Amino acid sequence: MAAATPQLVPQPANSRLLLSGNEAVARAVWESGCRVAAAYPGTPSTEMLEVLSTYPDIYTEWSVNEKVSLEVTAGAAFAGSRSFCAMKHVGMNVASDALMTLTLTGVIGGLVIAIADDVGLSSSQNEQDSRYWGRFAHLPIFEPADSQEAYEMTKLGFALSEKFQMPVIVRMTTRINHVKALVTVGEREEHAAAGFKKEPARWVMAPSGAAKRIPLMFERNEALRAEAEVSPLNSIETGKDKRAGFIASGPAWMHVRESFPDAPVLKLGFSCPVPVEKIRAFAATVDKLVVVEEVEPLVEMEIKAAGIACFGKDILPRQGELAPNILKPAIAKFLGEPEPQGLTPPARITPAQVFPRPPTMCVACPHLGVYYTLSQIKNVTIAGDIGCYTLGAGHPWNALDTTISMGASMGIALGLDKGRAESEKDKRILAVIGDSTFMHMGMQGLLNMVYNRGNVTVLLLDNRAVGMTGGQNNPGNGRDIHNQEAPRVDFAKLVEALGVKKERIHVVDPYQLPVLFKTLREEIKVPEVSVIITNQPCVLIDDYKKQRPYAVISDKCTGCGNCVEVGCPAIHVTRREKVIKPSGKEVELQFVNIETAACTGCGLCVQPCAPEAIVHADPARTVRLVKH
Amino acid sequence: MNDKVTNILVVGIGGQGVMTATEILAEAAIALGNDAKKTEVAGMAQRGGVVSSHLRFGAKVLSPQIMPGTADLLVGFEAAEAMRWCHMLKAGGPVLMNTARLVPPVVDIGLYDYPRDPIGEIESRGFEVHAFDALAIALELGDVRLGNTVMLGSIADHLPFPPQMLLDAILRRFSARKPHMVEMNRKAFEAGRAAVKTTGRS
Repeated sequence: MAAATPQLVPQPANSRLLLSGNEAVARAVWESGCRVAAAYPGTPSTEMLEVLSTYPDIYTEWSVNEKVSLEVTAGAAFAGSRSFCAMKHVGMNVASDALMTLTLTGVIGGLVIAIADDVGLSSSQNEQDSRYWGRFAHLPIFEPADSQEAYEMTKLGFALSEKFQMPVIVRMTTRINHVKALVTVGEREEHAAAGFKKEPARWVMAPSGAAKRIPLMFERNEALRAEAEVSPLNSIETGKDKRAGFIASGPAWMHVRESFPDAPVLKLGFSCPVPVEKIRAFAATVDKLVVVEEVEPLVEMEIKAAGIACFGKDILPRQGELAPNILKPAIAKFLGEPEPQGLTPPARITPAQVFPRPPTMCVACPHLGVYYTLSQIKNVTIAGDIGCYTLGAGHPWNALDTTISMGASMGIALGLDKGRAESEKDKRILAVIGDSTFMHMGMQGLLNMVYNRGNVTVLLLDNRAVGMTGGQNNPGNGRDIHNQEAPRVDFAKLVEALGVKKERIHVVDPYQLPVLFKTLREEIKVPEVSVIITNQPCVLIDDYKKQRPYAVISDKCTGCGNCVEVGCPAIHVTRREKVIKPSGKEVELQFVNIETAACTGCGLCVQPCAPEAIVHADPARTVRLVKH
Repeated sequence: MNDKVTNILVVGIGGQGVMTATEILAEAAIALGNDAKKTEVAGMAQRGGVVSSHLRFGAKVLSPQIMPGTADLLVGFEAAEAMRWCHMLKAGGPVLMNTARLVPPVVDIGLYDYPRDPIGEIESRGFEVHAFDALAIALELGDVRLGNTVMLGSIADHLPFPPQMLLDAILRRFSARKPHMVEMNRKAFEAGRAAVKTTGRS
């Protein structure tokens, strides 16, 4: 049992701290007297809840998905508690079913929803603009530009939420969530819960009640627009170079100020509903109006519809961050200036040609055993999912064929089965999904697959953590957000309850390659749903125990390359040699060594090594690797 | 303090401690009364990917990102990574780099080659390279974990503030979290400083 997470002693008010946007939001949530906070981990939003869980006097939880987290916090807000929900952009796709009706019921206690848009796709399957939700759900959006603003706007969000009795969205991007900057913090205030009052016309959203709430929502939206028109979050900085005036929000505002220090800028901090009249007045003071927004042209379209001439996505990219190296040349061109000095070649600022260094599986990762095995099986299509194991699509395994959204492997696999071509009759369909993703959105898909008599072999990779986001706890490892013991789900029983036949469920140690291979080979032949659960922990969590490391006896290595196919980053090729086999076929031999200091002795590479050239390292030669 | 913003780029791969090193640099800059912003282009860096950590400090910092050709200093925790990012440096700028070569799986399986001479490539662009083996220095001091402090020591004489300010920031961390490591880190810091002095200008 790991030690419980130590509780934080919050820094005193008026401290000036170097905080990431996520840490700044956590502090603001705590100071606002928030009583309930929930989230599902997701880059770049994860640290908001992770940090908040270390504060005293607040209930925090890892929910199983974003929809549940929003419902939990909404329920708390119905009871009059201030509450907070954080998610990455794609999380709101999942949570939006709740959001679209929450905008009708509204809340009693303040509810702030922080959505982190991964602009630039540092760790996501797509790029979305969450400001759409403000338009779709008729809710206000705040857009901070740095940690201090994230802190302030979160606090203002609670106040606005209670004033209008509706959720408030704070839209962040990776360039705020993960940037550290100075924040001056304040005191915590207490907000007792008012208690839940029965009011079916408000809380029971059946058609008749909901229909009556819709006009109220539109009324509220006009009141919000009036609020945005006068909000100090929407401010104008005058500038003497009036050839182009800018409207900017979020980190793009910082980039605009950095790039064009003499230009007039209207900063939108309260950007939805758009303060049209404020913008109209600003537009009259500049020659040309340019809207700089990441990533969709939302403000641009709305002000154009209001008859305000402006430029935006016609001169700026619609994808990715609008950093100064993008803005400066684009605006120079727009103004008919020569290319700005120093930003485009000389050759010294052209990036050097270096190999790509994509993320890899960790040394000794239990997924290595799974993907090595999958790479050895032919005539299969493998529907994948979202997590570290998405990396199985890469080299050397190339053993994952689709990745769409959380839990999608289940439905995609069933569809690949039901929609198979005549020529693919004998093709085996597999699905690979991690424990957290399975609990997030995969369980329903498996139930559907069983119910509809699918022919799919499911690999449920249970590594007892949300691995990709840093090993957070979940119901599968029996520990809560504070690392305290919690009820633990039994995956074998769970999938049996969903209808998978008991004899089709196998729990396998992924480091036992022959067992894994045999089980997989047998199950893919059975034309019904099988579930193979692998049961070894993520190497980044405390449950993982390191073993004695291995080394290669160079004289014994025959260069067969079998161990290289495992894909462990601790195995390095030291020498390549082309030889002609007796059959006349040319092959390339790969002689290897093992980086003993990195090896944790999982033994995966030992198993396919025919000449038994991999042995335990001499303890005297090993270097102990300990994290700081 | 003048208006100039100092740009320091620290690069390496996930798990090397790049982000922590930058944070300590940021703490030193803040202790001197600077505004500071620190940002990473890390992606899924925990899985051994590329990490480049940007630190900007001065009277007032707006955009957190360093633009190509404007970094005042490049700190490379790994040789090919220093080469990958050297275009970010200002003309003739200094590179303080570890000679360690961390070979990724895509090179091991033969899809790409590791650059033959990263130092030469960087020098050919007119930058001032100071290269040293941080791991060897750390091991000589008896603990592989001292590598980061060696790297920080190597930067100390290239900052717009006295080396002592950086050392103080490092030791503040260790005295709070691992007091028994304070003396070792002081030694590692000085060893890093000395390593740069012995490599000299190339």
